[in-house]
Amino acid sequence: MISIIIVVLATLGALFVLLAGIGILRMPDTYLRMAVTTKAATLGVGLLLGAAAVYFNDLSTTTRVLAIIVFILLTAPVGAHLMGRASYIVGNKLWEKSVMDDLEGKYSKSSVKDKKPAEPDSEEGSTIPED
Amino acid sequence: MTLEEYLYYIILPIVSFSILLVFIRFIKGPTISDRIIAVDLLVTIGIGIIAVYSVQTNQSTFLDIALILALIAFLGTVAYSSYIQKRKKK
Repeated sequence: MISIIIVVLATLGALFVLLAGIGILRMPDTYLRMAVTTKAATLGVGLLLGAAAVYFNDLSTTTRVLAIIVFILLTAPVGAHLMGRASYIVGNKLWEKSVMDDLEGKYSKSSVKDKKPAEPDSEEGSTIPED
Repeated sequence: MTLEEYLYYIILPIVSFSILLVFIRFIKGPTISDRIIAVDLLVTIGIGIIAVYSVQTNQSTFLDIALILALIAFLGTVAYSSYIQKRKKK
């Protein structure tokens, strides 16, 4: 009975990790790849760690596994947000079929001036406007 | 098929194949942001491999390494994102 639970958890976790791998290879955009990294990989690794916790059936191991899962759940969105903000400021293009860009013109991109002339509402010198 | 054999012959090849896919993105990656995301995902999948391996070898001590690896991956992502904001564009 225990082994059936472990097998189900490990299989689901491995499938979600495989989904994350396929997603980061096939997604057309940096930001969509970041979404895959944040969600599918976190769920897959959490399920694999849950399989380990069920297998050992021990208080100290379960505490350790819960600490790892909570840490990943806390840090994956923070890291993805930092990376998305940094890559938007650096000037990575969105996918050309993206519907909307809410940050259009909010960040005066320093790398945009070799592709098109400077926008009129962008401030000189500062890359990040005060909000 | 025992649990150890199932983990060894089914789960670990699936996870290793996904590591291979992420590594292809790491090599191809058009921008440096894609490469940093790929490194982050590599370390995250490595935590999963450590979990499966600790079940397979019946050693719960490996999970400590997974905790430290998660910490280092987060610190690396924060540092990389800070540095690619600050670096001079060519």
